[in-house]
Amino acid sequence: MEYHYTVKNMDNNDKGSCCQPESKADTRQFIQMIDLDKSSSAPEIRETRSTISFKDRFDHFLARLGVSRMGHIVEPGIYRLGNPDEDSPVFVSANYTLSFDVLRSSLDGIDCYILVIDTKGINVWCAAGKGTFGTAEIVYRIRWSGLSDIIKHRNIILPQLSAPGVSAHEVRRMSGFKVEYGPVRARDLPEYLKTHTATPEMRRVRFTFWDRLVLTPIEFTHIILPTLIAALILYLLAGPFAAFIAVLIAFTGAVLFPVLYPFIPTQDFSTKGLILGAIVTIPFAATIAAGSELLLWEGIVAILTIFLLTTSVTAYLALNFTGCTTHTSRTGVKKEIFRYVPLMALMAVTGMLLLIILGITRLMEVI
Amino acid sequence: MMFDSYNENTLQYYPEKCINCLMCIQVCPHGVFTEGEEHVELKRPSSCMECGACAMNCPVQAIEVQSGVGCAWAMIRAALRGKDMDSADCCCNGDSC
Repeated sequence: MEYHYTVKNMDNNDKGSCCQPESKADTRQFIQMIDLDKSSSAPEIRETRSTISFKDRFDHFLARLGVSRMGHIVEPGIYRLGNPDEDSPVFVSANYTLSFDVLRSSLDGIDCYILVIDTKGINVWCAAGKGTFGTAEIVYRIRWSGLSDIIKHRNIILPQLSAPGVSAHEVRRMSGFKVEYGPVRARDLPEYLKTHTATPEMRRVRFTFWDRLVLTPIEFTHIILPTLIAALILYLLAGPFAAFIAVLIAFTGAVLFPVLYPFIPTQDFSTKGLILGAIVTIPFAATIAAGSELLLWEGIVAILTIFLLTTSVTAYLALNFTGCTTHTSRTGVKKEIFRYVPLMALMAVTGMLLLIILGITRLMEVI
Repeated sequence: MMFDSYNENTLQYYPEKCINCLMCIQVCPHGVFTEGEEHVELKRPSSCMECGACAMNCPVQAIEVQSGVGCAWAMIRAALRGKDMDSADCCCNGDSC
């Protein structure tokens, strides 16, 4: 069914409207706005299980690699897990397979309903940032699914990380359903459900070694094409050693940096990247200094070139990793861009010029 | 502090408006707010990542923040296309993220 709305229209403009009872007028107005007719029949309740099959795992693997990024979609609607009744809890999920699967697999042995909303195949937090996991979509799906007729209570449990897109008091005002924010991680849900209270630890987002590691395949996939092009150009200009350095820079920026950055000094991602890039340069500098056929000035220029290109590219890749983290603010990232991108550009251009000079010198030597 | 671009942000808290509903504590993923006697207290403002969850869920507008996505790639891309960096969307479009 087609429906049209803008999330901004549904933003909270109401002063002091906390926890008011359902306003039927508000709901009616909203439903009319999204063209949902009262006579529309509710969709069928689907069955789901808490077990994750091989097919699911393969889908997760492809999603992690970025293969068919927008193709990992769950059909929006109401899903039955176990044998829920009218008193069973209702969880709300994004329609991204990874989000849905982590939720249902965490609810093993719990009879419940899962209301999958349409976030366009995007995960909870990103969808909340975009507004697709938002107040309007939730209110719409509550009505569309006929949830009021399926359960007796009026509570829905949302993932905490959906909160940037959802206004709990507005959902209640427009739908009559009280929003309860569950813990950050779905695996804490069984513990959370005992008291419906999350500990401070459950409320905190973490960015663990594993969280960072699983991001590296997609990070590397993003830069693989420009890396291969750069490696080919460098091979023609300066030989296989230079081409290898290009691949290593990409590996440093896309794999080593995400894994190691919490251990690198300074807070800024750009400076962390500069430091890591400089460290990676050391073995190459040592190799050139120890046994190169280059003249002294050529050796110094070669080391300087590797240093400038490695540090600037690693710093740039490091800065771009901010969007994948769980803690960088827009204000801070913007400040970083203005502070460091001009320096990175200057270093990269100088490095390229030195590389061209080296290439021309070698060519002239051959001639 | 040198090499720390993240020690300032746009978070504003007006404790006189707070009704102590604790929603901000529930939704903040970085423990920026803590419980107080009469109203919530702003404990770790520099940890705020400007996700906007607190302001979105505060029923009395006691919190303001210019929420947005801290993604350099999206902001640089927006700037290169002549768009406002602050309007940059999350990088979860198409084949990203």
